[in-house]
Amino acid sequence: MRSKAGHALGAQQVWQGCALGALGKRWISGAEGELKRSLRGRWTRRQTERGRGPARSSRMDPALSAVRLSVREAVHTLSSEDGGRIFSTLGSLKRYLGQTENPALPGEQEEFARVHFSAFLRCLVSKLSPDWLELLPDGQLEELWASFFLEGPADQAFLVLMESIEGTAGPSFRLMKMAQLLARFLSAGRMAAVLEGQCWQHTESASPLLQEMLLIRVVGLPDRLGNRLQRESLAVFLPQNYFPLLGEEIVRVLQAVVDSLRGGLDCSVSFVSQVLGKACVHGRQKEILGVLVPRLTALTQGSCLWQRVCWRLVERVPDRAMEAVLTGLVEAAPGPEVLSRLLGNLVMNSRKAQFVLTQKLLFLQYRCTTPMLQSLLGYLATDSQRRPLLVQALKELLETWGSSSAVRHTPLPQQRYVSKAVLICLVHLGDAELHDSRDELLASLMAGVKCRLDSSLPPVRRLGMVVAEVASTRIHPEGPPLRFQYEEDELSREMLALATSRPAADGSLETGPSVPPVAADTPDKEPEESDIPQPRPDSELDSDDEFVPYDMSGDQELKSSKAPMYVRDCVEALTTSENWERWEAALRALEGLVFRSPAATREVSVELAKVLLHLEEKTSVAGFEGLRQRALVAVTVTDPARVAKYLTSQFYALNYSLRQRMDILDVLTLAAQELSRPGRLGRAPQRGSPGPASQPSSAVAPAWRAVVEERIRSKTRRFSKGSAGRGPAAGPNEFNSVAGYFFFPLIQHFDRPLVTFDLLGDDQLVLGRLAHTLGALMYLAVNTTVAVPMGKALLEFVWALRFHGDAYVRRGLLSAVSSVLLSVPAERLLADLPDELLEARAWLADVAEKDPDEDCRLLAVKALLLLEKLKDKLLPLSFP
Amino acid sequence: MAAPPPPDPQFVLRGTQSAVHALHFCGGAQGQGHPLLLSGSLSGLVHIWSLQTRRAVATLDGHEGQCVTWLQTLPQGHQLLSQGRDLKLCLWDLGEGRNAVVDSVRLESIGFCRGSVLARGHQHWTLAVPGRGSDEVQILEMPSKTSVCTLKPEADAKPGMPMCLELWQTGDRPHQGMATSLRPVERRQEDMQHPAVVVANSSPRPLLLAGYEDGSVALWDVSERKVCSRIACHTEPVMALDFDSQKARGVSGSAEKALAVWSLDEQQALQALRTQELTNPGIADVKIRPDRKILATAGWDHRIRVFHWWTMKPLAVLAFHSATVHCVAFATDGLLAAGSRDQRISVWSLYPRT
Repeated sequence: MRSKAGHALGAQQVWQGCALGALGKRWISGAEGELKRSLRGRWTRRQTERGRGPARSSRMDPALSAVRLSVREAVHTLSSEDGGRIFSTLGSLKRYLGQTENPALPGEQEEFARVHFSAFLRCLVSKLSPDWLELLPDGQLEELWASFFLEGPADQAFLVLMESIEGTAGPSFRLMKMAQLLARFLSAGRMAAVLEGQCWQHTESASPLLQEMLLIRVVGLPDRLGNRLQRESLAVFLPQNYFPLLGEEIVRVLQAVVDSLRGGLDCSVSFVSQVLGKACVHGRQKEILGVLVPRLTALTQGSCLWQRVCWRLVERVPDRAMEAVLTGLVEAAPGPEVLSRLLGNLVMNSRKAQFVLTQKLLFLQYRCTTPMLQSLLGYLATDSQRRPLLVQALKELLETWGSSSAVRHTPLPQQRYVSKAVLICLVHLGDAELHDSRDELLASLMAGVKCRLDSSLPPVRRLGMVVAEVASTRIHPEGPPLRFQYEEDELSREMLALATSRPAADGSLETGPSVPPVAADTPDKEPEESDIPQPRPDSELDSDDEFVPYDMSGDQELKSSKAPMYVRDCVEALTTSENWERWEAALRALEGLVFRSPAATREVSVELAKVLLHLEEKTSVAGFEGLRQRALVAVTVTDPARVAKYLTSQFYALNYSLRQRMDILDVLTLAAQELSRPGRLGRAPQRGSPGPASQPSSAVAPAWRAVVEERIRSKTRRFSKGSAGRGPAAGPNEFNSVAGYFFFPLIQHFDRPLVTFDLLGDDQLVLGRLAHTLGALMYLAVNTTVAVPMGKALLEFVWALRFHGDAYVRRGLLSAVSSVLLSVPAERLLADLPDELLEARAWLADVAEKDPDEDCRLLAVKALLLLEKLKDKLLPLSFP
Repeated sequence: MAAPPPPDPQFVLRGTQSAVHALHFCGGAQGQGHPLLLSGSLSGLVHIWSLQTRRAVATLDGHEGQCVTWLQTLPQGHQLLSQGRDLKLCLWDLGEGRNAVVDSVRLESIGFCRGSVLARGHQHWTLAVPGRGSDEVQILEMPSKTSVCTLKPEADAKPGMPMCLELWQTGDRPHQGMATSLRPVERRQEDMQHPAVVVANSSPRPLLLAGYEDGSVALWDVSERKVCSRIACHTEPVMALDFDSQKARGVSGSAEKALAVWSLDEQQALQALRTQELTNPGIADVKIRPDRKILATAGWDHRIRVFHWWTMKPLAVLAFHSATVHCVAFATDGLLAAGSRDQRISVWSLYPRT
């Protein structure tokens, strides 16, 4: 049967005038009528071959009644108990399938297939039972029974199989038999015949109803079988197996189509397109295209006909499935070349495809991987007709990239995505094309760079720098190159690699960055042998075991001047000394001196703080920021009230740089942390803070988190009884008496802009830092008496700023809320701040759901959890 | 395995009451008397230390209060050469408790360049000292004090003053008793043990390695009075150099932050091999231990650095002195001594010879 399918062409026109007898019956029968029509072509072909037989008039043939009679007789026979008779009757009916030695007349075959086949199959199904099959030994009857399904017209057989499987209630013998038969049907490659049958139909003659029904069943087969068979389902019906199989069958159908086109015969792939589209809409792109794309990649190589069939295949995909198919293709295609072969100029012909490829995948989603983006944009670049689309895409991408609202409201991964797309576009576009729309591009670019550099999130800033560097050299090559200083990380390397990689020439696309890891500077002793040309004399073969190096860590640069011995000397050296070595030595010695002589420090504390705050790095001193910060923290810890008062007053004073203001915040946090450290006095005065020296810019938040975790642990330990002996001796929180000096002056003036300093305006970075600092101070004030008024003030502060546009500020506010919840005693929270809590809760829920920034959402959820815990704690209190 | 902590000095000699500028071990090898350490100080005195009692056994005063920059013993008759900044080179007789100047050579140069001697036969040796012209080296035949020649660079070379000198000769046949300085003796003994190393030219040809003010090192053929080869090793003046004639490899230190290692090929051409970066600039002295296993440098950064001679792997940084280290010296048994401006002499025992 299948072998015939390849030739069964060209006779449709003969049947166009045929009346359909089956309309108006049950739906399945209606479909049957369609089926019959579709099958006629095949069965008539033979007649036309034999000299244009009178197919149109065959209904009037007396042979017809013979077919009808023999079918009726066979149906009658099936009901009997005589196995031999059944066998022979069925065998004689097989003549009509044309597989036996003496096949029936073509007219009879056609008549049988058109009118009687489905009904007969249904009859066969209804007879199926263990007893019936055992009428003859060795499963002869079953084999014969199955052969009707496997050898008869495939679409009817498929529909009847599906119908009977779905019509069977609950697990039963018949259900299992039918399922196994369907599995055989599939493994025998009959699905290709089903699909193929639809390819010979002209659009006008194909019945939408039948096609729709077939379509639903072909694509929905795994679901339907799964529903029916539940746990008994066979492996071949599982989607991960079925869809690859379907893909294989599609390739075979396409092969048949190509063959027939070579033979000059017309056919249509729209049904296959529909199957493909529907499978993709069902989310099975990976399975089906994973098989289809590699095969098509190979087949379309060098064959125009195959390419045309392939283009047609994608083109005929219904609009509603276009997105799913295209996304799957972009994902599965190994490179732009292949994608171009598979899609052709689809993007120009189909508006839907154009929308999906140039808008939806680029702007409305950000789930494509980098290789997918490269394929997609490379596809747009491979043909001169499509290049205007690429230019347009770049313009729109840069416009999006440059929009400040997008910077503010889109999540970071999407910004990265757009940036990558921009870079890939730039790689593909030529200088002339860029030059034509240079002003427009530059304007968007510069706007984007500006808003990104303004951002308080380092990844956003870095993104801006990388894209600006690359894009400006491409868009404006003759201008002076933009250069930013940024730390290289995974992302920036990937982006730079994207910008430098040329479009891949063929399918083998280099994916991702191919930056080799920077070879570590090999120490001199490693290649020692290599640079000495002559071989070593034997006497020199002494192993190095004999010469084990001593510890050389003390081998530092020699400093010629001595460190000052008194705090006052340090102050003097730092203010007046022109001798930079003495200056540096004083800076290095200061922290230790301050801790060693607190009394002497208190005499000059404010003066010292002032000197340190205004200290500038005159020479390149390693670790200058850390040294200065540690010294300032030491001074603040030694004389908290006065120094904190001074520092907080300076925070809102004129004529400070943002850097200095942020230093003030860092110092206050670190000093508060040191003061509130339990058991501080018990131990020897030690180095102020663990490690924020090296990264002062981002030190606060992580350090703060570490403290939070530390604190939570210590707190839980206190609740569990019996481990009191272990911890440091309990003592009053030293921060208690001075927390007010740290906290309130900072929170008071944030809404009063100065000439040079506007927290609510441009200086949102400092505002974010302020919010974090206040949160940290709040947290460190746990168990102090001022915690309640502090919490109240802080919640008000948060409330005032809760809709701030900057993610970093919002993060600070959220962590501040958390620290209020952690630090203020639960009963006081409920007694003094119920309204604030309710408001905060509503806000947190809102943020947790809607905030574009991932960290914000996370922090909000954490705060909500704390709130829940608080509630749990309070409920037993209030209702004992 | 963690690196062991840096060692302490075996002992420290105090009492020069002045910065130490020159050190030299003597005795022990000849088997007579106890090993001695000679030190020359800024105040012009030469102290003779007994390494057994660790006390000064004698003090020689022959340089009129001017700094002693170089000390070298001659084995015959226990003679000592001392060079001072009073422009005098004194020859002392130290035999049988004597300590008298038996002869002296008038020097013409006021620079810091130390001299060098080379044994040429019984009671017969060659001396290289900085000459009258600022860029000249004078070669004298001793003890007759006759000037053999003056090595003057070509007019367009302009290497500046010579800063350090090292005389040696090719084709040295092992000839016990001809040696004058201790280190050449050592080398020849080693040569006997390693006959594989043969210098092509069999007739002894005195050669001079000189480090110059412009940072270059030049190899002079003394008998032909011409420069065989010259390389620029440093950008700062070469302060010290030492040469391992058996391996034909030398090392030089300068005022900059690196040591240079160079070699001499069969065509008598110098080739730079590598540089060894240091933490702090300034090398006052470089010495290779007589067994050619390690080398030590005296640093302006108060530290003595020890390297593996073949690989130049840093082995130790000895931070004991509190002022510039001016000189280092190795004894035949491997003892290391260093003299510093802090008026102390530290004696170390590192990687003892097995």
